Amino acid sequence: MPLSTDALADDANLHEPALDRGEGARLDGVETLVAGGEWTAEHASAVERAAIQARFDEGPPEKVAIDLSGLSRLDTMGALILTQIRFGLEANGAQVDFVNEKEAHRILLREVSARHVEAPPVPHRSRFVNFLTEVGETMVMSWRDLVSGIAFLGEVFAAVARIALHPSRFRATALVNQIEQVAFKGVPIITLISFLVGAIIAQQGVFQLRQFGATTFVVDLVGILVLRELGVLLTSIMVAGRSGSAFTAEIGSMKMREEIDALRVMGLDPIEVLIVPRLLALVIGLPLLTFLSSMSAMFGALIVSWIYADISPDVFLARLQDAIALNTFFVGLIKAPFMALVIGVIACIEGLAVKGSAESLGRQVTSSVVKAIFMVIVMDGLFAIFFAAIDY
Amino acid sequence: MEQMTQSPPQQASDGAAADEREVVIRVRDLEVGFGTKTIMKNLDLDVYRGEILGFVGGSGQGKSVLTRAILGLTPTRHGTIEVFGRDLDRIPTRERRALERRWGVLFQQGALFSALTVKQNIQVPMREHLDMPQHLMDDLAMLKIDMVGLKPDAADKFPSELSGGMIKRAALARALSLDPDILFLDEPTSGLDPIGAADFDELIATLQRTLGLTVYMVTHDLDSLYTVCDRIAALAEGRIVAAGPIEAMLASDHPWVRSYFHGKRARAVTAADS
Repeated sequence: MPLSTDALADDANLHEPALDRGEGARLDGVETLVAGGEWTAEHASAVERAAIQARFDEGPPEKVAIDLSGLSRLDTMGALILTQIRFGLEANGAQVDFVNEKEAHRILLREVSARHVEAPPVPHRSRFVNFLTEVGETMVMSWRDLVSGIAFLGEVFAAVARIALHPSRFRATALVNQIEQVAFKGVPIITLISFLVGAIIAQQGVFQLRQFGATTFVVDLVGILVLRELGVLLTSIMVAGRSGSAFTAEIGSMKMREEIDALRVMGLDPIEVLIVPRLLALVIGLPLLTFLSSMSAMFGALIVSWIYADISPDVFLARLQDAIALNTFFVGLIKAPFMALVIGVIACIEGLAVKGSAESLGRQVTSSVVKAIFMVIVMDGLFAIFFAAIDY
Repeated sequence: MEQMTQSPPQQASDGAAADEREVVIRVRDLEVGFGTKTIMKNLDLDVYRGEILGFVGGSGQGKSVLTRAILGLTPTRHGTIEVFGRDLDRIPTRERRALERRWGVLFQQGALFSALTVKQNIQVPMREHLDMPQHLMDDLAMLKIDMVGLKPDAADKFPSELSGGMIKRAALARALSLDPDILFLDEPTSGLDPIGAADFDELIATLQRTLGLTVYMVTHDLDSLYTVCDRIAALAEGRIVAAGPIEAMLASDHPWVRSYFHGKRARAVTAADS
């Protein structure tokens, strides 16, 4: 199939594939088809158009000879179409022969006709059934997620208990490193965001409460809202995005490269080595960050109320002391370790669920963050119901 | 655009018959390096139409670098690379695109797109370069899948569901998607068991005959060199130190080539062959 690059630039008409009926009528029932031009993938549509000539609408002949002497090029696609023409005619009872073909074309045609393959049929189902299947699958998957989450949590507690019995196996360095990654390096962004959110809430609070002449209540509003809910929620969501995704990515890429299996065959427990330090770091780090976040949000509120409502800092602090009790402060802080556990467990399970491909890593990281944020909010709701019930 | 350079030393061993054949890849006086490090210098290489060229060299000698340089993935410092008589550095982009459709590359790890099924992978070049109806692309993809020895049910699998040997075959099917004239293979049998490797060698030889391919194969596999390669080029010290059929390799007195083809493993292959 020699072809110089010039040929590609030449006028396409010269290479137009064609299939013509032979001169004259059928002789002894033998019909001749003359193929010409380039039967290649570049001319795919033209080849298909040419192939229509082989339909014989007036009824199939007994014998068909397909003359290939005029073919300048033939590739796999061309050979495939020729073979399909041949099989089509043969199915109608005709006897088909390729004549005058070049040696290279003959080899290719023989190879292609020996390999007549059909794509496996795709099972077809109605959209409604598909929809029901998907809903069902999602429900089953959610249930499995829950069960595997609880099982995993159990494994982690078992590992923690083992470490408690053999304190020499405790990995202090890993824990300190993780606390630095999770808590210390997260301080700037979390305090900044909390500061801004606190300031924004205070500003809106001042504007709305001014209409009732109750501007100073902005301190109650911000104090209770931030300490009970916002501080821990903001921090948890930020940590789920920052550290949850990092956990999933780290553990997932280790899983991908069989590093987890390598740990196992060395007699090390991946849960002890990789997961316990991360979970402990979260459980320690998240309450610390929550505290900083709440303080930062109230500082933002203090500044804004000073600017917009002339509430001086000492008035703000005195008012705050009246507005909140110690339990308001603890309600937020108690939630933090639970949020940490939820985020950490989800991140580690998703990390361990990574399969061979990098694509699956990306998918698991996304799902880790989405699930963690969703569960953090669900947990916060459950806590709200709980605290309301015990009147705390 | 004929480059008149001195006849490179390795052509002496090719014999007169080889000189008459059409050269599809002609590398002359090539220099490639990164930073202060020069990987290869004064490198000459010819690949003839319709042959299977085995390309050997020690690890880190720049086999992959040369392949990547020919494919235009690594910049060169000096020298010319001609494919079908066209200097790759001088041809316009449009012509280069047309040229790129005439070669297929099998990367070492397959480089299948992980988000696509095997069938879709094979159809990517068709979809991008050709105006072809979907049903024809499906038929053609199934044909290619069968030609590389995969079962039809592999068509709708994702690369992550395939074994190493199947990935190589699927990647080969994608490399053959546009019926290229030149096929580049980067260590096609690495990571396959000896039986799988022998099957793959056989497959390449069959496809080469059927499709009239020119095959440029980087390999470490002595069995492949003995069974399917028409000619072998050996890279050492940044240049081609020997080129020719296996007999020429065995006769070469270059120390690296000697230790490669006369080492313990090589002797085992020779003994098994004879």
